Amino acid sequence: MSRASYEGVVIAAPVTIPYVRYSTKDAHWFLGRVLAALMKSAGIKKSRLDGLCVSSFTLFPDTAVGLTQHFGLSPRWLDHIPMGGACGVVALRRAARAVQAGDAEIVACIAGDTNHVDSFRQNLANFSRFARDAVYPFGAGGPNASFALLTSYYMNQCGIEAADFGKLCVAQRDNALMFPHALFKKPLTLDDYLNARPIADPLKLFDCVMPCAGAEGFLVMTEAEARRLDLSFARILGAIERHNAFPDDPIQLRGGWTLDCDDLYAQAGVGAADMDFVQVYDDYPVIEVMQLEDLGFCPKSEGVDFVRRNTFTVGGTLPLNTSGGQLSVGQAGAAGGYLGLTEAVRQLTGHTLGAKVEKARRGLVSGFGMVNYDRGLCSGAAILGAP
Amino acid sequence: MTPALIKPKPRNPVSALRLPTLPPPARSRSALRLTAAAAEGRLELQHCADCGTVQYPSRSACVTCLSHRLEWRETNGAGELISGTVLHHSNELYYRERVPLRLGTVRLDAGPALLVHLQGDCAAAPSRVRVSAHLDKSGQAVLIALPAEDTANMADDPMLREMTSDPKFRKVLVTDGKPAVGQAVAMAMVEAGADIVWVGVAEPWKQAPGFDALTKLKQIEIVPLDVTDEKSVEELAGVIGGKVDILINTAEFHRTHTVVDRGTETARAEMEVNYLGLLRLAQAFGPAMRVRAAEGSAPATAWVNLLSIHALSALPSHGTFSATKAAAFALSQNLRAEMRHAGIRVVNVFPGPIDDEWNQLVPPPKLAPVALAEAIVAALRDGIEDVYPGDVAQDIVTRFRESAKVLERELWDQ
Repeated sequence: MSRASYEGVVIAAPVTIPYVRYSTKDAHWFLGRVLAALMKSAGIKKSRLDGLCVSSFTLFPDTAVGLTQHFGLSPRWLDHIPMGGACGVVALRRAARAVQAGDAEIVACIAGDTNHVDSFRQNLANFSRFARDAVYPFGAGGPNASFALLTSYYMNQCGIEAADFGKLCVAQRDNALMFPHALFKKPLTLDDYLNARPIADPLKLFDCVMPCAGAEGFLVMTEAEARRLDLSFARILGAIERHNAFPDDPIQLRGGWTLDCDDLYAQAGVGAADMDFVQVYDDYPVIEVMQLEDLGFCPKSEGVDFVRRNTFTVGGTLPLNTSGGQLSVGQAGAAGGYLGLTEAVRQLTGHTLGAKVEKARRGLVSGFGMVNYDRGLCSGAAILGAP
Repeated sequence: MTPALIKPKPRNPVSALRLPTLPPPARSRSALRLTAAAAEGRLELQHCADCGTVQYPSRSACVTCLSHRLEWRETNGAGELISGTVLHHSNELYYRERVPLRLGTVRLDAGPALLVHLQGDCAAAPSRVRVSAHLDKSGQAVLIALPAEDTANMADDPMLREMTSDPKFRKVLVTDGKPAVGQAVAMAMVEAGADIVWVGVAEPWKQAPGFDALTKLKQIEIVPLDVTDEKSVEELAGVIGGKVDILINTAEFHRTHTVVDRGTETARAEMEVNYLGLLRLAQAFGPAMRVRAAEGSAPATAWVNLLSIHALSALPSHGTFSATKAAAFALSQNLRAEMRHAGIRVVNVFPGPIDDEWNQLVPPPKLAPVALAEAIVAALRDGIEDVYPGDVAQDIVTRFRESAKVLERELWDQ
């Protein structure tokens, strides 16, 4: 049975609370600000919200329900999505179905985190049971070692080289130089990339995202509601998610997109070649190449040729991570899972903050999250279309 | 190839003493079973009793069939290193002081993929390796892959040395060196490459066969030490306390006294040595060892207690002796908890009857002092925390784990 479409439901009012490397504020502060920004952007009072969806790593001991009292909301639909880099796509899917079913009219989807000077280390130490038992004790501060191991494996299997990953990072930095919220303001050359200090071989400094504080948000509602509020919006043409795909692979070379990619394009009625831009999850460049393969932009293991054949700046053959992505904007915790979505909506509505992809009609946003032990577990993707 | 360890230079007294830091100690309750097996030198992983799946990290249900019947079984560590990295950065102080360090992904022949430390001689991926579980400086199990075949100086690998307490180039105190056990332990430490072995002697007038030969070795230094005398213990600690890297408490008082034998004199004498002696040593030597646990390439590293398998379940014919060893065992567990903050390994040795004059009437098999000494060296080299040397100790600990109550009844008539 084919899945019901998301027709009639739209994503609107993308907002970003500017990122900072370190903040003395807490996650509640960032989430409060993003909620306020959403209300202002949509021109509605918070009492109009009847759905709320929250993602944050640093909200402890609170969850979404605590925020309802914190912010004086009385939603009839509430979700908390602890899925890191996949939380944006997953939030969109769930909120869209709630609106479609009439369980909520206007859902605010928000994600954000703070970053105190020592909070990153503490988050890593308690990230998951498997990480606490079997990764963190080995000195692998966070996912660096896990991604180093799979990058090394992928390079051996597929013949891709550091300069290929560097090409992506350099292109994203070029995009970021025009995006006001990017924390990285200086151009990056391929030499800078290749000569950066090693973090976990083969990963060097510019392969790794920089943790920071910030928040992102958007609203999900019916198209009719968006028109009543006079909001520009993007349509949801298709969306997928998958968790813990291919558990028997001894090391991650593919993600859940492989299983669901055909379904995604069938639901959207378009193919990879129809995308005017792509926002892939980019905590490390190897994952970007994996997504391009698994989402059908090129056959498996041929990412190296694809990267060499294409250009990825906003004016390139495949504009990729047009705001600069996390590698150049910064990774504001769970907001990293929203960054591609908010940017995609801006591109499709023409309200960009930075460089604009001309005549963008369709774009793909992909999410990837939660290195529970040795690999990312959550994968998701959405295809958005201009109205 | 790992370079052979070079004898450490004396510390520059002007430079700041490097204080001990620890790798992250937190584990789930389930994962502590890995630690429990590593403490005895075994790699145990979860096996599903219903479908046979071997899984890691530890779970609360079988990843294949969801059975809750999960058993920890000894597992062959053979496998293939499929990817490797060198970590240059860590957020943890302990590892910041130790980067660069090698980590890898190993797919065990038994099934699961493991994140492991890599001993320096492991060939680049793909290559065959052996994974073993060791206690780290926090006293919790971590996994390390060794090359498929032993290499020349394998044990001198810096990360492996973090998990072991090899006597090589270390300064050792054997608290009572006169009886056969003390002599054997002192000799074994010399043979294992110890730099200095201080041998405590409580009663200088006493003649003991073999002792004179021991004193002629250049590594051996005889020192006065009576563990029943607080002043004696403190005086010696004042002289060598800041240098001891490994303390081996062999001091023992053993008589065949039963509970209903009249008088408390024997029991009191046993307690003075076996329990209070340990307490005096811990108070005098513990603090200095803790401070020196991160100094140089061969820092203070281990504290060994000679207990008895009857610390677990009493032997009524040696009733008061068993009671003191049970008390010493409890004390040693506390010492372990306190020394862990510095990463000092507290090793408990639980021998069965030792072949000496105080076990004359105990039927064989009995443990030769030399075999006991060898077991202590092996435990230090392999990073083992609980040692049950010899057939009797192995027999009793197995029965103790099967049923402590059955063992209690069976020991009545021995």
